[in-house]
Amino acid sequence: MINLQPYENPGYFILLMVALLPAIIIRLYGHRSHWYETVVSFIFLFLMFDGKDWHQGVALIGYTILQYAVISLYTRYRTKEKSPNKFGPFCWAVILSIAPLVVVKFTPLFNNGQSSIIGFLGISYLTFKSVGMIMETRDGAIKEFHPVKFLQFLLFMPTISSGPIDRYRRFEKDYDRTLTSEQYTDLLGKGIERLFLGFAYKFIIGYFFGTMWLPQVQRMAMQSRGGFLDLSWPLVGVMYCYSAYLFFDFAGYSLFAMGISNVMGVETPRNFNYPWISRNIKDFWNRWHMTLSFWFRDYIYMRFVFFIMKHRLIKNRVTIANLGYLLLFLIMGIWHGETWYYIVYGIFHATVMILTDAWLRFKKKHKDWFPSNAFTRVMAILMTANTVCFSFLIFSGFLDRLWFH
Amino acid sequence: MADDNTKNTVLDILSDLTGSDEVKDNLDTNLFTTGLLDSMGTVQLLLELQSQLDVNVPVSEFDRTQWDTPNKIIAKVEQMQQ
Repeated sequence: MINLQPYENPGYFILLMVALLPAIIIRLYGHRSHWYETVVSFIFLFLMFDGKDWHQGVALIGYTILQYAVISLYTRYRTKEKSPNKFGPFCWAVILSIAPLVVVKFTPLFNNGQSSIIGFLGISYLTFKSVGMIMETRDGAIKEFHPVKFLQFLLFMPTISSGPIDRYRRFEKDYDRTLTSEQYTDLLGKGIERLFLGFAYKFIIGYFFGTMWLPQVQRMAMQSRGGFLDLSWPLVGVMYCYSAYLFFDFAGYSLFAMGISNVMGVETPRNFNYPWISRNIKDFWNRWHMTLSFWFRDYIYMRFVFFIMKHRLIKNRVTIANLGYLLLFLIMGIWHGETWYYIVYGIFHATVMILTDAWLRFKKKHKDWFPSNAFTRVMAILMTANTVCFSFLIFSGFLDRLWFH
Repeated sequence: MADDNTKNTVLDILSDLTGSDEVKDNLDTNLFTTGLLDSMGTVQLLLELQSQLDVNVPVSEFDRTQWDTPNKIIAKVEQMQQ
């Protein structure tokens, strides 16, 4: 049985592009090709979840039925005349929608590392999309449930495994429009450019850092154990090497997902915007894995702050903001997995955010104390990049190996 | 003069939130790239618009790219008042 995992090797791209060729031609003539793209998507989804992964395929079907039921029922509740828009039904919709993900995330913890049978590749990213839809339906921003568009959005093949996380209303606009021949040519060009940049990132640079060099520096760091906290120069090497690998690997993947989306006429949002030139950690989170951090910002942080301030539960704004950061990054840490290093990674970022906010407030009060010039800007960028690399060393789990194995 | 009133109220809210008169001097300042406003400030802005101008903006409708300068915010608020 043929089983194809998305973007795993160059052969996948050749197959996918050949399959999409008729769609490209139809679109180059200025028409839409929804029906054809749907067939291709279905085949590639099937190849992703067949053979040895068939149980994941079954899980995906069950998951989709659940989300369909929850969102269609909740939309019906919200769009009926004089909908009371109570907190209860909203809460239930969110709980039911995230239930499968919670089960999948916590099963290994309670079941000796065994993964759950209801899990499948991409469950997190699909859940982010569903929950986003429920929140926007509650706000009245999404006004109707359209079965076909809902399924097209939820199961959009190019981004199913790891995002970028699109938003329903944005996706719907792209899906409904008809691009002219010129517009599509332009988008296709951008898409192909992204695919090639993605090749360079993931298959060349990411390969060197992750497959060639990382195991070597890791071995050296393991051999240099014995000092204070087992710290050594090779460990510094592990930190930078892993950070570079993480960036090029995931940015490369994101470029593939964007590129194939573009070929299908959809402008999936980008995930990275030069994260290594961030001037502080707040700036960094606006540039790194953007669709995820914006999701957490819009659907968790801002709603939490809004709720607390509206009901005046806490007076002090600084306290509210800080609690919001802790909440956001703890959830993000737990979402990555229930290991000490993901949780510490979350707490570390929350702490740096809180300190950065305090520093920015201090700087605002004493504007004339601090110069701002090319030197301070370069220093800020270097400090931010190094702080981030340190957090990725925690995230990598290598410290767990170094200290406890 | 209803429009002027809206404009002044929005600008007062913004200068209050950002702690700077920059927003009144240049109505096309980008509030987010300059760091004048962040998510916390955004929520405060939405709550102030609600209490002072009776304009209800749900978090879902707040797309940063459409609300990133004083001018754009004034235009949005005026549009929602009609």
